[in-house]
Amino acid sequence: MLEVTDLTRVYGAGDAAHVAVEEVSVSVAEGELVSIVGPSGCGKSTLLRCVAGLLTPTAGRIKLNGAAVERVPDRLSVVFQDYSRSLYPWLTVQDNVALPLRRTERSRKARRAAADASLAAIGLPDVGHKYPWQLSGGMQQRVAIARALAGDPILLLMDEPFGSVDAQTREDLEDLTLRVRAERGITILVVTHDIDESVYLGDRVIVLTAGPGRILADLPVNLPQPRDQTATKELPGFVHLRTEVSRLVRSRQAVSPARPG
Amino acid sequence: MVLAAGVGLWQLWASGQHSAFFPPPSAILARMYHLWFSGPAAHVFLTPDATGNVLPSIWRTLAGLAIATVAGIPLGIAIGRSRAVSGYLEPLLQFGRALPVVTLAPVFLALFKIGTQMEVATIAFGTVWPILLNTIDGAASVDPVQLETARAFRLSRAQRLTQLIIPSALPKIFTGFRLSLSLALILMVFSELVGSSNGIGYEMLNAQSSFDLTGLWCAIVLLGILGYLLNAILNGVQWMVLSWHRGVREAG
Repeated sequence: MLEVTDLTRVYGAGDAAHVAVEEVSVSVAEGELVSIVGPSGCGKSTLLRCVAGLLTPTAGRIKLNGAAVERVPDRLSVVFQDYSRSLYPWLTVQDNVALPLRRTERSRKARRAAADASLAAIGLPDVGHKYPWQLSGGMQQRVAIARALAGDPILLLMDEPFGSVDAQTREDLEDLTLRVRAERGITILVVTHDIDESVYLGDRVIVLTAGPGRILADLPVNLPQPRDQTATKELPGFVHLRTEVSRLVRSRQAVSPARPG
Repeated sequence: MVLAAGVGLWQLWASGQHSAFFPPPSAILARMYHLWFSGPAAHVFLTPDATGNVLPSIWRTLAGLAIATVAGIPLGIAIGRSRAVSGYLEPLLQFGRALPVVTLAPVFLALFKIGTQMEVATIAFGTVWPILLNTIDGAASVDPVQLETARAFRLSRAQRLTQLIIPSALPKIFTGFRLSLSLALILMVFSELVGSSNGIGYEMLNAQSSFDLTGLWCAIVLLGILGYLLNAILNGVQWMVLSWHRGVREAG
């Protein structure tokens, strides 16, 4: 479904050039949930922005369902980490969720109905008339997820989506993500620096190295679905995998990967 | 309260002095009533003097401000959002804002002759700067995450403008407009003192030349009331339009 081939992204030029992502190739199947984990500064957000069409790659190709990604594709949605800045404070929750629908749906009434449906599906049926800043952080991020789902995407990109909420809310939002995926069959890419989260959510965990970001490992997660915050995390398979990912992330935290040749 | 006490003190002091320069407030109010508000009910109690001098002044102030707003906001957004446009216009803007508008009045006088056109031009040219510069600032400082969100959700240019850039710049635009409002009143009086055949400034000039100090005070008090009312209207509009901004700051 998604094919990333030899993706390289360089910031700046000449001596000041900084290679954020180098020759990354990833293939994601339809309906798959792939976690991308790595130390901070490993270029995982850059990778995500390239896939979203928000950044132009320096080299390499990105194809979504066979079509090259040159700008933000239709039916692709993004959930940003900074929900408090990503939601527009002058719009009500309902109008924020309806915002992406403006492109395709002319009738304001139909947009609002779709927004209400999306909010209800995410477990926030009664907040449409409120403003984002009247809600808690966890609820704001739910609104951002509702907004991302309102356009009925086939690919959802999440950039450290739960990095700024408390632990309990984080677990709720993780389970919400898994539920959405199970119900709608959406393909999801989650960038995170939380190792437990990457294993808990993912069908696969891709580990990136720090500066420049390269793929260090691509590990399948063979844990039963549906996942459960306590039962899954007790399984020997979970513990084993999180330890492995943790070791990989730590081992290469400060050093560049050995280059071939 | 403080205002009432101040007026009361002035009344006591001025009644004792019988000074020609500082008439008591009661005399000023009586004269204001007589001058402007003792007209027939059919004219909402406005006297011919009020319709002939006060209304033209108000209308010029509002017309000048309207021109400044209609020119300043679109231009400000274009400059604030486009590096190319700001590159071309920035030096011109710095020069234009540095010009004291008062010195341009003779130019406008020559261009438009005595009358409303010249006064409106002076007010518009003087009040466009705070609106323009604040709009530029507001449009240029849109949050990058909000801009990226607009791109991620594929908003069209028009949608980005109406849903993101204008709302985001609106608090700054209001700040600029508030400055322009007080400037507009000053420029209204000034332009009418320089060249006019009616208006509040013209009345002041007349009162001054006939040593009518009470008449002069009437005009000053009227201007104060006018400024207060216009500001109160602006506050009301801002309260409604920017309720989200207040909320963000209180939640913040």
